[in-house]
Amino acid sequence: MAYAAGIDVGSTQTKAVLIDEDQRIVSRALVDTGANVVTAAEKAFRAALDGASASEEEVAFIVGTGYGRYRVTFGDAQVTEISCHARGAVLMFPATQTVLDMGGQDTKAIHVDPRGEVLDFCMNDKCAAGTGRFLQAAAFALDIPLGDLGPTALRSKKPVQITTTCIVFGKSEILSWLARGKKVEDILMGVHRSIAVRSMGLLRRVGVEPQVTFTGGVSRNRGMVEVVQEMLGVTLNVSEESQFMGALGAALFALDHIRKSRTATKPPVGKSLGAKEGTAPA
Amino acid sequence: MTDQESIVGRGAQEGSRLFREWYGGLTAAAERGAPTAYVFVMGSIAEILRVFDFCMVFPEINSLQTAVRGVAQDYLNQAEEYGYSTDICGYLKADVALQLRQGAHPMGRIPKPTLAVVTNACNTYIKWAEIWERLHHIPIFTMDVPGARSAGEEPRCGSEELERDRVYVEAQLRELVALCEQLTHKKLDLDRLREVLSHTNDMSRSWRRILELNQTSPAVFNALTDGTIFLGVANALRGTAEGGAYFRDLVEEMELKASRGIGALPEEKHRLTFVGVPCYPMFRRFYELFAEWGGVFVNSTYLSFAAGGLNLGYQYDLERPLASLAEGILMSLRQSMDAMFFQDRSLVEMAQSFRVDGIVYHPIKSCRTVSTGLADNRRAVMERYDVPCLFIESDMMDKRVVAEAQLKNRIDAFFEGLASRKLRAQARP
Repeated sequence: MAYAAGIDVGSTQTKAVLIDEDQRIVSRALVDTGANVVTAAEKAFRAALDGASASEEEVAFIVGTGYGRYRVTFGDAQVTEISCHARGAVLMFPATQTVLDMGGQDTKAIHVDPRGEVLDFCMNDKCAAGTGRFLQAAAFALDIPLGDLGPTALRSKKPVQITTTCIVFGKSEILSWLARGKKVEDILMGVHRSIAVRSMGLLRRVGVEPQVTFTGGVSRNRGMVEVVQEMLGVTLNVSEESQFMGALGAALFALDHIRKSRTATKPPVGKSLGAKEGTAPA
Repeated sequence: MTDQESIVGRGAQEGSRLFREWYGGLTAAAERGAPTAYVFVMGSIAEILRVFDFCMVFPEINSLQTAVRGVAQDYLNQAEEYGYSTDICGYLKADVALQLRQGAHPMGRIPKPTLAVVTNACNTYIKWAEIWERLHHIPIFTMDVPGARSAGEEPRCGSEELERDRVYVEAQLRELVALCEQLTHKKLDLDRLREVLSHTNDMSRSWRRILELNQTSPAVFNALTDGTIFLGVANALRGTAEGGAYFRDLVEEMELKASRGIGALPEEKHRLTFVGVPCYPMFRRFYELFAEWGGVFVNSTYLSFAAGGLNLGYQYDLERPLASLAEGILMSLRQSMDAMFFQDRSLVEMAQSFRVDGIVYHPIKSCRTVSTGLADNRRAVMERYDVPCLFIESDMMDKRVVAEAQLKNRIDAFFEGLASRKLRAQARP
């Protein structure tokens, strides 16, 4: 049995997922992206191989995704994370029609069909307001570990209003509220609501149709899940694999290629799903 | 290659040559202080101005050329330092800097205006012209062209409402004639006007034929890149014998390409419509982001609203030149101004007749007039017709709001979707 690999090179973290031919996740790995994207991709891949006690030769196809997808130099193809999150979300929650992905600097709303194909999408533009970056900035400003942000925010009784426009101004507002004696949990809930409001705009533009699946690193923040659910008025699907959803989707595209090469009478035309070689997805 | 096939590529080469020559002419005009009219692509009234031998300057074209040549930022920065906000139209700001630099432009030198002719096709035009009024103390002729008063109605030749408006526009044309006579000390030569109008008629017939030829597969030109060259000539040489000859030759070339299956791309995979103004700060690279996927723009709204109405194919009646010119101006500006109300219909028609695989919406930060409503328009189109529509934002001038990585991500995702869609369609029995 061969493995398929997906490597999601994000702005903050790089994730790798190995799946078998039955689409089961056999291992996953996460490393900080840092300054060297190629090294991060290799490290994540190696860590995933180790996790599965697999050799590189057992991986029949590798798809890179994320902004750094073209820097996965050992990969066979590249697919955008928009398509990958859609595929991954539908695998984990087959009734998904809408995906909300909140990452380190990107938030996207994706309308998907039952096959996990993208019908429409909308992303934040130019500015990281409304993404995990703001949570990082808040964690730094308030000197709170990232993992504690959600639980702390959920203790809020009177959330404050924080700008939805700019993280830099948002940070200033955080300090300003602290100076006025506001409680940390109330400020943090304000930050969460500010981020969620931005995603509501994106969701409305693509149309919210249940079920809604929440993916990306920020979906691991329970506070954000609660806030988005409250604003949307629907219960969100959140998988334990939500942070790896992009890499999982990439691995699924890799598996498509493996299956196609098995049924084809000649070898696959090219390696890349990407523009340069102009081949269609499998 | 046969002798006939040697004409392939002629349009792009000739267009570039004519364009360079035109700028050479502007530089010479600047040096000798020739009478010059500043006009806009929507409603240039070129035909009247040519009769009076005004040198024609299109500030919008000058501005976009600074972006294509990679120097727009210097011009924008200068205008902003002078006091203009970052929110203001990039075309306008680049022109302000051009004026402050006494016409120094990467393509040569732009003469100062003797007169400016503006219409209400774009609200910015009027305030822009006031800048020239202050800087150069020149007369500004503002033509008020009525828009449609009934939502959901498109202009129809012969209707009572259009005739009343035509009379209004014609009266203003006669005022413009009087102003030109005063400035140039010449009388309007009606025979010359007829000759100019006949050249525009020629260009208009050819333009419609060229646009129509892109319904063939593969498309014979790329509306984004080739189209910009064609538009430049269409505006700069409107009403001239050279303009007429250029477009007749272009028809010959495109008809040959259509008959031989010679496309704009080596392999056309996806046929697209472009809505909005191109991203000039990374013009070549923007085109490549689509061409790399085998995506060719077979048509664009830009080729309509920036072609001064040539796409309508309106033929001026040489027996009643001023009346007919008034009607033509009214029809073409109506189409541009009213586009936001009817564009979903026209886009669906374009998508169907050109067998388009997808529509790319490109709102720009610089221009609320063009960009407002595009998101709603896109939704309306997708409700009327099953066609994928991409929505990407940047600018036509300001590279500070152009992010290639973000554009590429969205464009790549769009093509992944188009490719999947095609595979599914092929797999259906």
